[in-house]
Amino acid sequence: MTVRAVEQQTALGSRRTHRRASRFRGASINLLYLPALVLFAVFTVYPLISGVALSFTDWDGYSPQRAWVAAENYVRLLTDDTFRSVLGNTFIYGIGSTAIQQVIGLGLALALDRRLRGRNVARAIIYLPVLVSPIVMGTFYYLLFQYDNGALNDLVVALGGQRQAWLSTAAGGITTIVLVNSVQFVGTSMIIYLAGLQAIAPEYTEAAMLDGANAWQRFWSVTLPLLQPAFATSVILNLIGGLKLFDVIQVLTGGGPGTSTSSVSTLIGTTYFANQAAGYSAAMGVALFAIIAVLTVIANAALNRRRLEQQ
Amino acid sequence: MSTAASRPAPSAFSGRAADLLVAAFVLLIVVLQLVPFYVAITTSLKAKTDLSPQWSLPTTNLVWSNFVQAVTDGGILRAMGNSVLVAGVSTLFVCLLGAIAAYPLARRRSRFNSGILAVNVGLMMVPALSILVPLYSMLADMRALNTYWGVILVMIATNLPLAIFLYSSFMRSLPVSVEEAARIDGANLFQTLAYVVIPMLKPVTATVGIITGVGVWNEYALSGYILSTPETQTIAPAIASFFSIQSSNLPAATAASLIAVVPVVVAYLFLQKYFVRGLVGAEKG
Repeated sequence: MTVRAVEQQTALGSRRTHRRASRFRGASINLLYLPALVLFAVFTVYPLISGVALSFTDWDGYSPQRAWVAAENYVRLLTDDTFRSVLGNTFIYGIGSTAIQQVIGLGLALALDRRLRGRNVARAIIYLPVLVSPIVMGTFYYLLFQYDNGALNDLVVALGGQRQAWLSTAAGGITTIVLVNSVQFVGTSMIIYLAGLQAIAPEYTEAAMLDGANAWQRFWSVTLPLLQPAFATSVILNLIGGLKLFDVIQVLTGGGPGTSTSSVSTLIGTTYFANQAAGYSAAMGVALFAIIAVLTVIANAALNRRRLEQQ
Repeated sequence: MSTAASRPAPSAFSGRAADLLVAAFVLLIVVLQLVPFYVAITTSLKAKTDLSPQWSLPTTNLVWSNFVQAVTDGGILRAMGNSVLVAGVSTLFVCLLGAIAAYPLARRRSRFNSGILAVNVGLMMVPALSILVPLYSMLADMRALNTYWGVILVMIATNLPLAIFLYSSFMRSLPVSVEEAARIDGANLFQTLAYVVIPMLKPVTATVGIITGVGVWNEYALSGYILSTPETQTIAPAIASFFSIQSSNLPAATAASLIAVVPVVVAYLFLQKYFVRGLVGAEKG
């Protein structure tokens, strides 16, 4: 009897709670994101759309006249040897950095997940460069990699080798930029994998150990598959970062010699401000966004499908 | 090889030799991360004419004039002041607008709001250089080039998507019951937000604030083009231009870079737990 009365009361109470609460759940609550949407519309979406519009013109960036040239800029992109080689560099920056960061980042996370003396200090030092501007890290790395009086070349000579042109050739510059970008941001992958490792319940590896799996088997068949979400996050973040690469290239090589170490981002800057081809550089901007969006969607789909298969 | 295979399984990875190997690997990466800072410090303390190897510390007196030159010729302090203003105001608004924008997205689940959240994630992928050309000419039309408000609005808009993403993931992990209790007690939406929701957001606000603050402080691509005069320049573009002008005087350029790093390193030392917790939280969200 009394129990029932209480039940009725709580049922009544919760229904009333619901009705009261729903007063604030009307669509008017959505007004709260209006300021953010206005800012996005003005400073991101409108520039993106007007970038598409600009890419169909021959605007030079300053004169009041601009003529509609249809898809001419895009046709030019497809046939432009400079753009093609710069696009190749961009893929190397994106994919190369992503690969290196996964290997070293996962290795560091596995190492620093163990009880190791000074592991907090090690984590802090490895993560520090992530917070430093790539412009600043770039100037520091320039000191290391410069030809005359560079710290690395001094080391090479001391070991009996020849001075190397780390920055002034296409291959050297591209390799150096990939390495510098990977090492600077390896802390991001490390932290993501550490979080992933900490989310794995110890029961899984203990069960595998009881089943007689050795350390390698436990890593390969238990830990690695369970790190799949962390892997997906890390790969997508690193890929987007690498494909957008701009700052560190500007400091280390300026995209040169010529445009041999340029990324699409640095080429957009020079095409607009130095060559005064705003329409053409807008087309490059549209292409870059499209490439990043498509690759991210593909990577996301591929990585999430693998996760489903494992379940 | 055969002995290793016949040994009991757990010791294969946790032997003493393996421990040493792991420690050596970690030490190698730690040293790799410290080398650029070490070389920067030795270089900044040497005279321009001192061509001794960068590995060696200055043999004669330490040369502080590089730091003086960075401040006087490079305008590094003024650029840092500009960055404090731009990063401070942007971060304040990103936290405020991000938190209130995330509230309906976390609490009022509708197809429309899921669409808004998806667009928000898409905005995080937009490369700065893809919007640079039209943004630059739009800001020129608005007479916003070389103004603080122009760059601040752009920084708020470009940093909001990540903030909204982090705030809405965090809010979804909070119980609704507290807010409903406040509403039963007669609190209106703004009172509920101000007295109940926002006070619970402290941890995620620390994360958003740090990520935004450091991000705007380090931002180069957009702010470099929007603020191009020496009076208005922020720190990263100022260092880049000082570096290219002073390419024959690397010690001074290096000193400028070191000065710019100090605030970030100090902030990191004091707020370290928030940096790491924030990223771990982002991964889980």
